[in-house]
Amino acid sequence: MSEIRIEKLHFSYGMHSEVLKGLDFTIDERSTAIVGQNGAGKTTFVKLLKGLLRPSSGRILLDGKDIALSTAAGLAARIGMVFQNPNDQIFKNTVLDEVMFGPLQIGMSWEEAHKRSMDALSMTGLQDLEEKNPYDMGLSARKLIAVASVLAMHTDIVIFDEPTIAQDYVGKERIKRIIRELRREGRTVITIIHDMDFVAEVFERVIVFADGKMLLDDSAARVFADRKALEAACLEQPNVTRLCRELGYEGVFLDVEELVEKIRPLMGKNTDESK
Amino acid sequence: MAYVTAEHLKYKYPGSDALALDDLSFSVEKGELIGIIGKNGSGKSSLCQAIAGLIPSFYKGAYGGRLLLGDLEVRSADADELCSKVGIVFQNPFNQVTGAKLTLYEEIAFGLENMGIPRPEMKERVEAAMAFLHISEYRDRYPFDLSGGQMQRMAIAGILAMRPEIMVLDEPVSQLDPQGRREVFAAVRSLSRQGITIFMAEHNMEQIADFSDRVMLLHAGRLVAMDTPSRLFSRDDLEEYGVCPPVFTRLARALGIRKADGTWPVTLAEAKELLSVHGTAFRGCAHE
Repeated sequence: MSEIRIEKLHFSYGMHSEVLKGLDFTIDERSTAIVGQNGAGKTTFVKLLKGLLRPSSGRILLDGKDIALSTAAGLAARIGMVFQNPNDQIFKNTVLDEVMFGPLQIGMSWEEAHKRSMDALSMTGLQDLEEKNPYDMGLSARKLIAVASVLAMHTDIVIFDEPTIAQDYVGKERIKRIIRELRREGRTVITIIHDMDFVAEVFERVIVFADGKMLLDDSAARVFADRKALEAACLEQPNVTRLCRELGYEGVFLDVEELVEKIRPLMGKNTDESK
Repeated sequence: MAYVTAEHLKYKYPGSDALALDDLSFSVEKGELIGIIGKNGSGKSSLCQAIAGLIPSFYKGAYGGRLLLGDLEVRSADADELCSKVGIVFQNPFNQVTGAKLTLYEEIAFGLENMGIPRPEMKERVEAAMAFLHISEYRDRYPFDLSGGQMQRMAIAGILAMRPEIMVLDEPVSQLDPQGRREVFAAVRSLSRQGITIFMAEHNMEQIADFSDRVMLLHAGRLVAMDTPSRLFSRDDLEEYGVCPPVFTRLARALGIRKADGTWPVTLAEAKELLSVHGTAFRGCAHE
């Protein structure tokens, strides 16, 4: 289990105004969603975690060791990151070459890299497509290739930057399963995401960014109860939570099943029970 | 009166065996907002490209049938006729950036420059589009230095500024924060009320149900159904097409609560109305 400690982290791009204005928290074993408005600094933050950018000031400690002392190459074996735009990540001519590239770069044998890559392709539903050219495939498939490429590296820490972009229902369900599976294996999962229903269903911890700072850090139920803070961060409650609020229900419901279980016993007999 | 009409529209990408668009026929009124749904690979993006005329002018391949935008036939129309008639926001905003301009402001003005819009009007339109999408403060930024969400807002602004009669939006809000999504959908809705015809491919069924006049369900390049959100999301076979109905519909189905006309509620407002009827029973519904 990895621990990432973020201490007084500040960052600016060149002479532009500060993007991150002092972040202080620890990422632990809980699956964590980072949410917030466009431009709040979410992608910048994960690029710092991955060592692609260096802090203006402050530190990031991975298991107690300052990552500034590691090279980007050294961090690659510990931290995998799925880019927001898969085109920034993909460059090989076949899906399999693309997925095997990362594992081979961090020193896996060809056999192990191949096995891990085939497993990753099956987890992402891309089995049988390994000989295709990623650039002949649509955005949703390319995003899944990017996810598979990182899964195959088998890193302790996995960062997803908007994994559900362009995904249909089946694709989103697949990504839910992947995140839960990584969590079950004890790997650290950090995900930037704008889909609040997905956040409510999947993540144990939600960190809200607003204007380069951390506005909230709590369980999904508590974060989604704080409507004012969500509005300040250009966010919304999940759909089920919104409906319950409109109906004047107490408490915060996060998914349909939970709400149905509560309501069903209370319902009168005069409703249509058929589906 | 029908404004956009497809008659047996067929299309196959070069080198592909399967039809990406397979015998589509439909007609859409001026000012309608049409949601396009279906699983990945069902033909949503291909249909968007066909309405915008990129199929067959840019993407070659086999094309059959007809697609009419007003009295303009897409297949034989000139690029300049098409550009002033129809605008498209691509699924990946990165693909929308021209690469020819150094600032966000100039990028948004690019389409207008090409259309020969007089300078004072061009400035006015660019300012309005930037303000509308809350990106005025980034006017001097290099387009490729923008965040994903900012880039997506810029892509939408560039098309809005061109004021086309038909707007095609291919998952236009995938990288926007929730309030930004709602704002863009509300804006699109108000444009359609002003007579702009809108086609919007989207995976968020709650928003499709909330904002569309009618919804097209595509599967394997074919048009399975085209109907109001209520009737479409009340179908029993959506799972076969890889579509999950809005959360409000799923809730109502699980509880067996239908509307008077037999359809299920598809929006928050409809679900609220139906569930409020059962308000007394739910008063004890506190979450521990």
